[in-house]
Amino acid sequence: MSENTAYLVKPRDFLFGESEDDALELDCGKKLYSVNIRYETYGELLPDGSNAVLILHALSGDAHVCGRHSPDDRKPGWWDEMVGPGKPIDTDKYFVVCSNVIGGCSGSTGPRSLNPRTGKRYNMDFPVITMADMVRAQKRLMEHLKIKKWLSLVGGSMGGMQALEWAITYPDLMESVIPIATTARLSPQAIAFDWVGREAILTDTNWRDGNYSENSEQKGLSIARMLAHITYLSDESMHHKFGRELQDTASYSFDFKRNFAVESYLEYQGRRFTERFDANSYLYITRANDYFDISAKAGGELAKALEPVKCRFLVVSFSSDWLFPAAQSVELVKALLKNRAEVSYCDIKSSYGHDAFLLEADTLGKMISDFLRNRLEAVRGR
Amino acid sequence: MVDKLKKQLAARPDILVMNEIIPPDCRVLDLGCGNGAFLKLLEQEKNVRGLGIELSQEKIIESINTGISVVHGDLNNNLDFADDFSFDYVVVSNTLQEVERPDHLLREVVRVGKKAVVSFINFGHVKTRAQLLLKGAMPETDNLPHHWYNTPNIHLATIRDFRELCRLLDIRIIKEIPLGSNGNLPAKMFPNLFAANCVFEISSNGSGIQE
Repeated sequence: MSENTAYLVKPRDFLFGESEDDALELDCGKKLYSVNIRYETYGELLPDGSNAVLILHALSGDAHVCGRHSPDDRKPGWWDEMVGPGKPIDTDKYFVVCSNVIGGCSGSTGPRSLNPRTGKRYNMDFPVITMADMVRAQKRLMEHLKIKKWLSLVGGSMGGMQALEWAITYPDLMESVIPIATTARLSPQAIAFDWVGREAILTDTNWRDGNYSENSEQKGLSIARMLAHITYLSDESMHHKFGRELQDTASYSFDFKRNFAVESYLEYQGRRFTERFDANSYLYITRANDYFDISAKAGGELAKALEPVKCRFLVVSFSSDWLFPAAQSVELVKALLKNRAEVSYCDIKSSYGHDAFLLEADTLGKMISDFLRNRLEAVRGR
Repeated sequence: MVDKLKKQLAARPDILVMNEIIPPDCRVLDLGCGNGAFLKLLEQEKNVRGLGIELSQEKIIESINTGISVVHGDLNNNLDFADDFSFDYVVVSNTLQEVERPDHLLREVVRVGKKAVVSFINFGHVKTRAQLLLKGAMPETDNLPHHWYNTPNIHLATIRDFRELCRLLDIRIIKEIPLGSNGNLPAKMFPNLFAANCVFEISSNGSGIQE
């Protein structure tokens, strides 16, 4: 595949839950009707169905993993270095699926969707959802696509949480799971950052209890994003990327306008985010993260919670990730080993912080492609 | 596949001896599994369920490529991920001399493994003894190619030292297989002088371990 030829992909929709029986039951006790799942698929499913890989996106991700929707697209999908023809998750070999989570704002049903009961946007009437709810919706998509078993589930950060949820909820439906830069239960530190981010949104007068107007500035969401963005970097990567460089000024301005390159970068990231993300979705998805603890149903005992697991694991963390530090992956690995599960684990040396899962494509890519190749050979050799 | 792996391991006679000792269908923990070739051989040839522990990122990548289960870990820490006697065999091949406390590791090895196979470079070998005696300098041999100041082998020992440590730790020596050159006869007769390397099969002396 040459650099110039765009790999073109098409987003698709799967709608379910029109009837009482078909509606999606949620952890909060409510039901979600007329649920749309926005998804993309790449490559071909082998006749024996052995090569299906589900990719699970992180908080601000979407179904568009790789390639372009049109040759004119400025940027490819969010994991284009990792997924595509000839890439580590090779779409010439694997049938790759990715869907937008419910509660999101990139095509799947979320707060910005129309409530079929009222004909108006849900906004804050959207039910509070959990990671398990997102996974149950993905399971419906799996049935729709007539996939019997995933060769692997791959996800970084929040995507890794969904992968873990899958492994304990539907242990027979996958050969392997690859949780990257993630945790089995969200830490108090991460919950704290989520809280401050949501407070910024909830106290923004333009937000108007969720009924904000499309044209109004979403300063709250932008602050939440700037805060979160800091947690995705590392001290070292910020030194490297910005240092103490000034931007658009030769000297300190002796007021409170932005002076530093790092300030300018954050401001830009925050503003850009408000152009593509729904403030209400941000509230719902971060809440789903806060509530994520796969050990909760087992009285806090992680090994016990993981007892149903049958698949192989490749767990990856990054040495400079302080949002989901290596110790949290080690805790998961130890619990899996306690149950004598087949698990591989590497803490990849990196200075990129949590974002490393998107940036360390060489090292991570080699691990994932070798792991997948061995899994496919094992399955097809049976 | 099996032939290819054996060829790869030909330079490691200690591992080929361990391969003879480990029975089929068991669960093996390889401490310092390198590129995973030995565990892969055991899986292919003997239907063994293996787990490797490795510190080096490059070797972990190689092990994942080989297709074994490998976990990033430091042998200077306890093996607290494993319950008592949860492995049939623990493999420690030329690794013991690199850890901070070989005695602590050995205690852990016989805790988590019903049995273990341990190999190490014998510092009592005539070549090393001769160098120390005649040159008055730390020995550098084919097996010990480093200088004293950059060697990873921070706890070298002789066969006699190892036997003594087993006695102190109440570890049972089931088998002792010295490895030397020249048809192995001198090494068998005087292992501490003529064996360059030695494989020990050991277990905890405690009760409750069945053959």
